[in-house]
Amino acid sequence: MKGLLIISGLGILAMLAEIFKFKKILLPLVLLGIIGAYVANFMEWNNGLSISAFDNMIVFDKVSIAFSGVILATAFFWFIMANDYFENSSNVVDHFALVLFAITGALMMTAFKNMTTLFLGIEIMSIPLYVLAASRKRNMASNEAGFKYLIMGSFASGFLLFGIALIYGASGSFDIMQIRAYISSAAPGTLPLFFYAGVVLLLVAMLFKVSAAPFHFWAPDVYQGSPTVITALMSTIVKTAAFAAILRLFMSAFGNVSEIWTVILSAVVALSLVISNFSAAMQSNVKRMLAYSSISHAAFMLMVVLANVRSNATVGALLYYSLAYSIGSIAAFCILYKVTKKGDESFDAFNGLAKRNPLLAGCMTVAMLSLAGIPVTAGFFAKYFVLTIMIATTYKWLVILAILSSAVGVYYYFKIIIAMYFKPAATEEPVEIEMSQKMVVILTCLITLALGIVPGYVAEMFAF
Amino acid sequence: MLNGISINYYLLLSTVLFIIGAVGVMARRNSIIIFMCIELMLNAVNLMLVSFSTLHNDPKGQVFVFFIMAVAASEVAVGLAILTMIYRNIKHIDTDLLTNLKN
Repeated sequence: MKGLLIISGLGILAMLAEIFKFKKILLPLVLLGIIGAYVANFMEWNNGLSISAFDNMIVFDKVSIAFSGVILATAFFWFIMANDYFENSSNVVDHFALVLFAITGALMMTAFKNMTTLFLGIEIMSIPLYVLAASRKRNMASNEAGFKYLIMGSFASGFLLFGIALIYGASGSFDIMQIRAYISSAAPGTLPLFFYAGVVLLLVAMLFKVSAAPFHFWAPDVYQGSPTVITALMSTIVKTAAFAAILRLFMSAFGNVSEIWTVILSAVVALSLVISNFSAAMQSNVKRMLAYSSISHAAFMLMVVLANVRSNATVGALLYYSLAYSIGSIAAFCILYKVTKKGDESFDAFNGLAKRNPLLAGCMTVAMLSLAGIPVTAGFFAKYFVLTIMIATTYKWLVILAILSSAVGVYYYFKIIIAMYFKPAATEEPVEIEMSQKMVVILTCLITLALGIVPGYVAEMFAF
Repeated sequence: MLNGISINYYLLLSTVLFIIGAVGVMARRNSIIIFMCIELMLNAVNLMLVSFSTLHNDPKGQVFVFFIMAVAASEVAVGLAILTMIYRNIKHIDTDLLTNLKN
């Protein structure tokens, strides 16, 4: 709870920086604030209690604290990485405030216990992101990305609200726990039909938000058009928050009507796995490729929800997956941001990177191996934990499909590695990178490797 | 029963309004009309929440409506700002012209 308050306070502080002229020290202040929020967050972990606020509408239990931790850690690296993008633009302060408010919404989504806070969290997170996606005013691609994101986001919100209204109509409550009680108290088959419709609409809305196929068509355009640093934000923090919300929504609230949503979800996972990996293999733009790869990662994370096993291992697997994916993505996007600064976003931009900057090439290799799920990196164990959960359920065909489509995934991740090491560079000019960003890249790669060597540390956080 | 009218009619009306809105978002090409259709979707939800709220004799549904109104207003504010930006760049707001992003 304190973490949430600190981050929203930081957002307001950032807005004041222009008036009171402390723009220069804003970044250190924000970084300190994020560390403070992180520490305050985990102090509550040791209390061992779940802290509820606002009439039980927000509850910070261990699950939400852990996911908040992932979001805050990602945010810390993200601010250092994006720093020089902001320095070039005239309105640094607004960007900082918008990002901090988006993070506030993300933290709310990890801790909601009421449909109201779920809706508000999603909107507080999304509305700043629409602005950020369109933040390059003269760039038509950025405008278009912002517009498409806004339309699809509000469209999905409409479905979310319709679902919430129908569920409210049936159960008479917005509270997650009361809805759960309503479901378990009803005799089998007596739930009204529109309650089921509400659950399905909520599922569709959440799948829109995480861009799972067939609701993914906006994602590649938005990822490509937005500024690279904002794309990094969308594919890490937003994904983590959305999955924390899905986990809570479908396991806590609708766990007992799983027969209605698992059918749809299994089809969505299968479609996402196939469509994303085959489309990603055909892309020539790296940002579009990463967009499709994020859809395939979303499919893996949805599998954890699909298994619908309320256990510590389930939460641990999802937590580990989102951490591994976020950290790997931050490294990949930081390098992508530096390499594509000249404007060329195709795979050719990576040609001969091993000669132009060996350190970046090495780190990119680690990030790509992790995203592809090759052993010794975090990505391998992320997929391994998910598949061990799935193999115990009735969805064994999905496990086979997931492994086969991951094999396709290796192809497009290796396209970058091959370009870096075996293709001649167009220019011999070295790629410049600032010291702070170098630290981010190295640190995130080390974390990726460390998570891969001792995976139990995070995954078994909940086994107590 | 609300004021002598069965809840099913309220449900039907708001569902029809919602579907009109959703179809409008997908079928129309003028950005302003798309925004209006999104508003229609959200207001259909408002209508449904208010009628359920009266049915359950529970004020929470009506409080939720205020949140939806506030969020819808801010969403449209952001949306119109982006639209103005697009208009300045290409002198048009037709969504068919937004095809810069492809592989």
